[in-house]
Amino acid sequence: MPNVMIRAKNNGKLLFYIAKKDQEDEIESVETDTEEAWGGVVNLTDGSQYYIDPISPKPKFPTTLRFKRV
Amino acid sequence: MSVMTHEETEALIQEVLEVYPETAKADRAKHLTANDQEVEQSKKCITSNRKSLPGVMTVRGCAYAGSKGVVWGPIKDMIHISHGPVGCGQYSRAGRRNYYVGSTGINTFGTMNFTSDFQEKDIVFGGDKKLEQMIMEMNQLFPLNKGITVQSECPIGLIGDDIEAVSKRTAKELEKPVVPVRCEGFRGVSQSLGHHIANDAIRDWILDARDNDNSFESTPYDVTIIGDYNIGGDAWASRTLLEEMGLRVIAQWSGDGTLAEMENTPKAKLNLLHCYRSMNYISRHMEEKYGVPWMEYNFFGPTKIADSLREIAGFFDDKIKAGAERVIEKYQAEYEAVIAKYRPRLEGKKVMLYVGGLRPRHIIGAYEDLGMEVVGTGYEFAHNDDYDRTIKEMGNATLIYDDVTGYEFEEFVKRIKPDLIGSGIKEKYIFQKMGIPFRQMHSWDYSGPYHGYDGFAIFARDMDMTLNNPCWNKIKAPWLQAEESETATAAAA
Ligand code: SF4
Repeated sequence: MPNVMIRAKNNGKLLFYIAKKDQEDEIESVETDTEEAWGGVVNLTDGSQYYIDPISPKPKFPTTLRFKRV
Repeated sequence: MSVMTHEETEALIQEVLEVYPETAKADRAKHLTANDQEVEQSKKCITSNRKSLPGVMTVRGCAYAGSKGVVWGPIKDMIHISHGPVGCGQYSRAGRRNYYVGSTGINTFGTMNFTSDFQEKDIVFGGDKKLEQMIMEMNQLFPLNKGITVQSECPIGLIGDDIEAVSKRTAKELEKPVVPVRCEGFRGVSQSLGHHIANDAIRDWILDARDNDNSFESTPYDVTIIGDYNIGGDAWASRTLLEEMGLRVIAQWSGDGTLAEMENTPKAKLNLLHCYRSMNYISRHMEEKYGVPWMEYNFFGPTKIADSLREIAGFFDDKIKAGAERVIEKYQAEYEAVIAKYRPRLEGKKVMLYVGGLRPRHIIGAYEDLGMEVVGTGYEFAHNDDYDRTIKEMGNATLIYDDVTGYEFEEFVKRIKPDLIGSGIKEKYIFQKMGIPFRQMHSWDYSGPYHGYDGFAIFARDMDMTLNNPCWNKIKAPWLQAEESETATAAAA
């Protein structure tokens, strides 16, 4: 269950940063992404998947969240 | 000039690895690669930030070096105690050439060495009392210090001293920040963890000191320079450019920096990050907690400087954007003259780099501006995210080496035969004796600054001075030289 910092990149995409692994990846898609809730299964550009219980309302980025590996 | 193909580079790596025993070979192979710009993620082709192999020569430093030497050390108005045996601090004292203004020993302490000088009895009975006494004494002798940090060396962690308790107690008594930093040298695999620990200590003990204090008047154009250690005046050369384009630099981290500047940093509009490796942690933290965005920039060589200035200006209004263009234009004649003078003398020369956290990728642009080509690069202590950024900067099939060993580096150099090597003091004399021009790229070989347009002029001059120095023809004894030219003429005839 890594701690992940999510920040908005200049190009509008979200960056998924796992401090422990120094891994920076863009988020390709998020299962739920509305004003009310954000979360579910998150797909990264490198093909890996992470999961977080949807948070409502949608959090402000950057923020640090706890994800589960799928 | 012979540019190697991908296969040739891979073959070279295999050949060099040949001498190692099986397991060592397998391990080292993961740290060496031929660059492939197609690869998006460095972790697919190179392993980094791993423990060095026992038995090989590595040039890495320790966590204490990362914290005391790099991050905390340059903060000039605080006293940094090298807590533990005397050697760690004394042998690294003032070696990094972090320039600062101030009267050393009065209100600034950058080049001084403060140490608790551990003896046997301190190891046996603990050194907390000594530390407390020392902090009090120091404050009496140097009353103008703004704060104190306790930089732990290896034994502190081993004997389990409670420096946090001492720090809290003395901080109360002195009414100054006393920061315990748990950067014992054995932590982590290189100085890199020291940077992280130092960043965390700043976050926990310093950064929020003025959260509720609004006496600092901020402007919409406030920026900070983060991760510039003012080696030979680098940060000053960067600062002038930013100020000329209309921005106000409110803090320098940490070259020529002060405690007050650090405390005011959350009030900036944008954090400009030069050395990503050593200070990305605190920049990310400030973005999350205070909403201060950060941006990586590169002030080596006119091409990259212009790119960076424009990118920085992109965060601000048209006034600053016009300012950036004005600055670029102002210096154009100057840097074009530098290129016109030195490019013909340096064109086509091959360079190999092996440095620390940002230079292996940042300087590439400056060499390219001079018509030189970087054929190999590597980091002592980079992580995956650094290599992600490097792959795009380097040409295809060039050699990339992580935590390269002394042996590997020498073999690579023998085969690739670069015209210039840029690395540290430990490598300098080996390669000079091999007859290869060498620049020490950690401390700019007692020169500098190399940042900014002013720095580029000095950079170009230094590279020319080193590469085209007549001494390189004198490496061979005259009678051996004569023999060689005779055989050459014989062969030609
Ligand atoms: S590894 Fe330990 S003993 Fe060596 S310089 Fe670093 S802190 Fe000092």
